[in-house]
Amino acid sequence: MTIDLPTIWAGIIGLGVFLYLLLDGFDLGIGLLFPFFDREGERQVMLNTVAPVWDGNETWLVFGGACLYGVFPVAYSTLLPAVYLPVIAMLCGLIFRGVAFEIRAKARRTQNLWDLAFVMGSGTAAFCQGVILGTLLQGITIVDGRFAGDAFGWLSPFSVFCGLGLLVTYATLGCGWLVMKTDGDLQRRMRLLLKPLSLVLLAVIGVISLWTVLGQPAVAQRWFGGHNFVYFAPVPLLVLACVIGIFRSADSGHDARAFILMEAVIFLGYSGLLISIFPNIVPPTLSIWAASAPRSSQIFVLIGVVIILPMILSYTALSYWVFRGKVRHGDEGYH
Amino acid sequence: MLETSDVLVLARLQFAFTISAHIIFPAISIGLANYLAVLEGLWLRTGKIVYRELFFFWSKIFAVGFGMGVVSGVVMSYEFGANWAGFSRFAGSVNGPLLTYEVLTAFFLEAGFLGVMLFGWKRVGARLHFLATVLVALGTLFSTFWILASNSWMQTPQGFHIVDGRVVPLDWLKIVFNPSFPFRLVHMSLAAFIVAATIVAGCAAWHLLNGRRGAGITKSFSMAVGMILVAAPIQMIAGDAHGLNTLEHQPAKIAAIEGLWETEKGGTSLNLVGWPDMQEERTKYVFSVPHLGSLILTHTWSGEIRGLKEFAPQDRPDSTIVFWSFRIMVGMGLLMLLLGALGLVLRLRNRLYDARWFQRFALAMGPSGLIALLAGWITTEVGRQPWVVYGVLRTADAASPLSSQQVGTSLLIFIIVYFLVFGTGIYYMLKLMANGPDGDPAAAAQVDFVKSIASFDRRPMSRATDPIDE
Repeated sequence: MTIDLPTIWAGIIGLGVFLYLLLDGFDLGIGLLFPFFDREGERQVMLNTVAPVWDGNETWLVFGGACLYGVFPVAYSTLLPAVYLPVIAMLCGLIFRGVAFEIRAKARRTQNLWDLAFVMGSGTAAFCQGVILGTLLQGITIVDGRFAGDAFGWLSPFSVFCGLGLLVTYATLGCGWLVMKTDGDLQRRMRLLLKPLSLVLLAVIGVISLWTVLGQPAVAQRWFGGHNFVYFAPVPLLVLACVIGIFRSADSGHDARAFILMEAVIFLGYSGLLISIFPNIVPPTLSIWAASAPRSSQIFVLIGVVIILPMILSYTALSYWVFRGKVRHGDEGYH
Repeated sequence: MLETSDVLVLARLQFAFTISAHIIFPAISIGLANYLAVLEGLWLRTGKIVYRELFFFWSKIFAVGFGMGVVSGVVMSYEFGANWAGFSRFAGSVNGPLLTYEVLTAFFLEAGFLGVMLFGWKRVGARLHFLATVLVALGTLFSTFWILASNSWMQTPQGFHIVDGRVVPLDWLKIVFNPSFPFRLVHMSLAAFIVAATIVAGCAAWHLLNGRRGAGITKSFSMAVGMILVAAPIQMIAGDAHGLNTLEHQPAKIAAIEGLWETEKGGTSLNLVGWPDMQEERTKYVFSVPHLGSLILTHTWSGEIRGLKEFAPQDRPDSTIVFWSFRIMVGMGLLMLLLGALGLVLRLRNRLYDARWFQRFALAMGPSGLIALLAGWITTEVGRQPWVVYGVLRTADAASPLSSQQVGTSLLIFIIVYFLVFGTGIYYMLKLMANGPDGDPAAAAQVDFVKSIASFDRRPMSRATDPIDE
């Protein structure tokens, strides 16, 4: 395999989407855990842990979309019409979620409504993202560079299950984040939640893996053809090890352990997805080369990415550093 | 056939609705972010508490507006692909990279430092905080730069050729600095500053009318009215230059804006009012002034302007809409000039905070910046029709292969969600404004706290007051 521009770009967009899953994943996860906690104090603490960073996290989604638009316009203009309704629903979910962030703390009479908007918005966005990933895995009909499928082609038992799977993933990640960012009673109860969450997560990952391999001969070939499984075997084994680690961190261990292990799980699961579809960008037929924009576009943006992305990563890290440490009830300055 | 055109109409309605709702918030954010940077800079320089109070007050309103700008903007970045697959496939190689540069240079910068700007008072020093505020303001301007480069390229495309039905970029400098870009960039940046100025002036006027005379209220009223005095005339000049540029590159748009059907010999008159009728190919109920059209659009007594009839019917933008949207924009601009001038007269007579009729005027003008902005964008976007990339790709060829049910459903969902969510958000921003810079005890406590920790011990003003919450 030679390294050419489309491959480099697939790597960059892959990184962008991965960072989105990692970062907005715990924001959305907090929304999923919201209903199980007390309305007065705890929920606001949960929100405050991400108040300074959530819109930076969501920017990775815009980054992914914009790069796809500019660098792989054929993928952008075939994938989005194919998952039209889930995309619209996801965007609406993100609207409710984002505005609830700003308004919830200041609302009195309507606080219940904003809580509901936050929970439903986070849930809808997470579920739809899972459905979109599932649709991508199961493949999209493309004829002559245009989406040629059905309006509800995305809707299948598999894609819906992927939606539920991402809900569990985000909830576990959000739980790990909150164990790290809170203390006292709230943290204790978060830790307790890790056990059931990690068990369900393991089951979900197992089912999606089996379903993909059984349902998609091409994916099975990728994983089990020749000696491939020898190379790829660490992925499922490491996932298993991480999930066990998360389960056990419910009882003991460093506050950050569950969060870091859960990030590793997402990295591994995401790698599994890429192993399954690469070098296609929209399976089963559209490759990264066929989807590419002209060379001049790819080079123009690559220059910007090479210079600016390291700066972005630095000041994003700086922002997390400024807001490091535990967040407690009654901390000033968050709203 | 009917099906395709239904999808097109619905997709256009959806784009018009979502982009109009979106642009309100970035415009407020651009203007307020820069106002906030000025306020914090003035505070650091002078040590006067009034600037810090104003900073806290407007930063809360800014935060809500910014959040709504982010979420309505995410919609835009996916709508291009979802509803306009034909356009994305054709021109994604130009508009996509420009949007990516906006994300890289602006969105991350704003989001990365917004947290420090809004919540970081206790965690970073005063200088680093100021740096964060300045970077957020700078981010809003970078964002303006790239999105207007993108939009202007669609208006006056250059620097590319077409291979296999797709745009291939040749010269990125030519693409970014296309002929209408400098004019549009200046016009829009000024518009955003004016949006903020009219809102700040309207808010202060409301408090003055209610008998409040706090330092924050009078100071912000004075600053905003002064800003309008300076910015409104400059905007008029910028708009005039933009008009000359449009006449050169998009003559059909100018003809539609003026409701001009025939190419008049020996000097073009200006239709002040009237009703352009696209079917009858004439402007009804017209009241026009001879030679004024030539004077304004060519800066000569008898300059020629091509009428709409010189363009094939399928190449004409809708004159009825742009004729009036343009006049609304210009009307707002003239009222702003008046507001600035009256403010100057009252200021010279020391009556700026006493003349109630002027405060009522300023209050009524609160939304004028936004109205002018929306009217201006409607003019330039509707005036670009029937093209999505001017002269290169027709809007009719830009849509996605979707059913009208899909696009209709999403349009309905967006309308409901936007009115619900952004309606509440705007209500909430207005409510925050109604609290006033001196009215919020939480903000006052925050101010006092910051005062106690900020490293301004050498400043006499901050030494004078003791912290209250220790």
